[in-house]
Amino acid sequence: MSRPMVTYKPSDEVDFVIIGSGAAGGVLAKELSTNGFRVVVLEQGAYLTEKDFTHDETKIFAESLLTNKINIHPTTFRKTPQDTAKKQQCVLYGSCVGGSSVHFTANFWRFHEIDFKEHSKTGDIPGANFADWPISYADLEPYYTKVEWEIGVSGLAGSSPFDPPRSKPYPMPPLPVKGNGVVFERATRKLGYHPFPAPMAILSQPRAGRGACINCGFCLGFGCEVGAKSSSLSSVIPMAEKTGRCEIRTDCYVHRIETDKNGRAIGAVYFDAQRNTHLQKAKAVILSANGAETPRLLLLSASNQFPAGLANSSGYVGKNLMPNSNALALGVFDQPLNDYKGPAVSRVMHDFYELDPKLGLYGGGGMDARFDFTPVTLALNGLPPGTPKWGPDFKKTLAHNFTRTMEIFCHGTSLPVESNSFSLDPDVKDAYGLPALRMTFRDHPNDLKMMEWMKDRALEILDAAGANTKWNAPIQEQQFAVHLLGTCRMGKDPKTSVINADHRTHDVKNLFLCDGSSLVTSGRGQPTMTIQALAYRAADRITALAKRGEISA
Amino acid sequence: MNSFDSARRDFLQLLGGTAGAAWLTAQWPAVVSAAQHAHDAAKAPQPTTFEVLTPDEAHELDAITACMIPTTDTPGAREAGVVYFIDRALKTFAREGLPAYRQGLEHIQKFTAESFPGTPRFSAASPQQQQEILTKLFSENDPQKSAVSFGIPAGGANFLSTVRVYAIFGFLVDPEGGGNRDFVGWKAIGRDASHSFSPPFGFYDKDYPGWQPVPGETEKK
Repeated sequence: MSRPMVTYKPSDEVDFVIIGSGAAGGVLAKELSTNGFRVVVLEQGAYLTEKDFTHDETKIFAESLLTNKINIHPTTFRKTPQDTAKKQQCVLYGSCVGGSSVHFTANFWRFHEIDFKEHSKTGDIPGANFADWPISYADLEPYYTKVEWEIGVSGLAGSSPFDPPRSKPYPMPPLPVKGNGVVFERATRKLGYHPFPAPMAILSQPRAGRGACINCGFCLGFGCEVGAKSSSLSSVIPMAEKTGRCEIRTDCYVHRIETDKNGRAIGAVYFDAQRNTHLQKAKAVILSANGAETPRLLLLSASNQFPAGLANSSGYVGKNLMPNSNALALGVFDQPLNDYKGPAVSRVMHDFYELDPKLGLYGGGGMDARFDFTPVTLALNGLPPGTPKWGPDFKKTLAHNFTRTMEIFCHGTSLPVESNSFSLDPDVKDAYGLPALRMTFRDHPNDLKMMEWMKDRALEILDAAGANTKWNAPIQEQQFAVHLLGTCRMGKDPKTSVINADHRTHDVKNLFLCDGSSLVTSGRGQPTMTIQALAYRAADRITALAKRGEISA
Repeated sequence: MNSFDSARRDFLQLLGGTAGAAWLTAQWPAVVSAAQHAHDAAKAPQPTTFEVLTPDEAHELDAITACMIPTTDTPGAREAGVVYFIDRALKTFAREGLPAYRQGLEHIQKFTAESFPGTPRFSAASPQQQQEILTKLFSENDPQKSAVSFGIPAGGANFLSTVRVYAIFGFLVDPEGGGNRDFVGWKAIGRDASHSFSPPFGFYDKDYPGWQPVPGETEKK
């Protein structure tokens, strides 16, 4: 192993133990170790690097090389709290150093100003547990910029008239346009909209010892072999390790945050690969385990002192899950697009980010032109309705369409609904005998209605683009989440939120949460950029608290 | 199908871009595991034996999958080594389904013999008869029961739905993971087998002049 390593004993009381090495945990590890603190990161998955990443789908999918292993960590699902949950996979997240940032698509929009104060503007929405953030876009802007420059984001500043203010341009030009981007751009302009080059966390130029994108087309689901995708693994984790103060400890299943009689966190209890139990002691604990596992870990840490779960005096731990709404339209063109080459997305449109209230819809969404099929998934699910399922005509349609198909993906608001949640399943246990993660979810009716509207616009765009065949995936209630947002929300009032604006839990002074669970609203999809900006900001806040002696006191 | 397997199915839903859409109803992981074998088989000297299937069973499955993805002006399931992919599956992730697989094959043979007296096996039927058999059996497919389970294939028509998904995987799975022997599946659908690409990628971007702002339209909305 050539990477720089410092190791600590579990009995060493380090300054911070961070649970999770993904989008947020990686940033916090880098920032806090750079600021002079001793940090241990406990990661559930393995330490893979670029050399382990290939296009070998057997490793990626058959062995779940990069993602949560459902035979070890089963999940259950139900639509309402009145139902009994059934065993089914309902969440997917990265389980390796770098977390989901290793396998994600790398769409990297900033949230807009409205996302932070939409409740004030709109008022209450029936059935939604809607709130403003305790921070504004302006508070976060310097950190968005820091993300773009430090991890590496490609894009073109000023290309969208809907973009929020920014203090600096992107560090790199956009990635090459694809066929789908060209036809999308021409069609949307014809309709009076404002397409722009997609901001992507993928390097368009070599940077900081990392290679530029080679347009291999294996982004979504795969780790990047050349380190061009700006995962935590490729960007901030190596910086953290170079400080000589940060240990990334892998194959650690953290299942409890231990507290003392004064109600302070003393460290994280985990199983190692051999199922031995350890307590990593720390002066402060930071959970960045994602919007599903962070609340689960708090609930698993219940004690006599914290009977409802740690940091859960509000009862909000695990509540208000927002997975983002989505819709999809597909089109087939006369000439080859060859969209299997290059990153999935090259053009985006934000004209529907804030929908006109006269439409009777709340929120809004973004749209992108993309192609994220593999040959197999296109053959199984990407052919137009009515295509024969087998035989010469099936083969002929597949052969014609594979290079000529594109998608328009609509991403949108999920309203927070209190009963939409992660909790502990009372019956199903994981491979360690601990309660399984249970998801309770039913989309707010507005979100489904809005996606119907968005889907109709996407079909109009395909018409204007000259698609000779077009269709859409049905809009239906979701039972599977990858954007795990809002489940330990940030807020000023300890009765209606779990953490404050410093990411500190209202209940436990030396316990901090920072990941998708911190979000108060869902934005319009593509949350990773905001999660990382929050992590950079949290690191500043936590550093200031520690230096003032306000964490250990 | 156990939860481990359904996890992969759902991962493919993610890959499709939306969890809400009806994406892959198949079990990706297990199938690609089998693909490794097809790849190995392709690299090795032409295999003469199968690990699980009897020669007769392999012959019948080859005939069925070749009917589903036929050899036309381009190679089909047969040239891609799909039957080796299936053999491997039945040795590994789908081994519990082997009895059901055998039952499914038996059902097809029985159906063939009843439909065309004097024709005891699917492989012995004429191309037109084979088309008729698959058409009839697929039309009996119960969509409720064919939410494709690789591990335990349903009988009869639903069994065919299972075999179809195997055939597609064996034909098109990335050769880095096995299957798609000599890239024949990719060639048949026009996918360049190169590992990296440079723009322009296709027809529509080749004369793209570069992104231009619309005059007067990039001011703050």
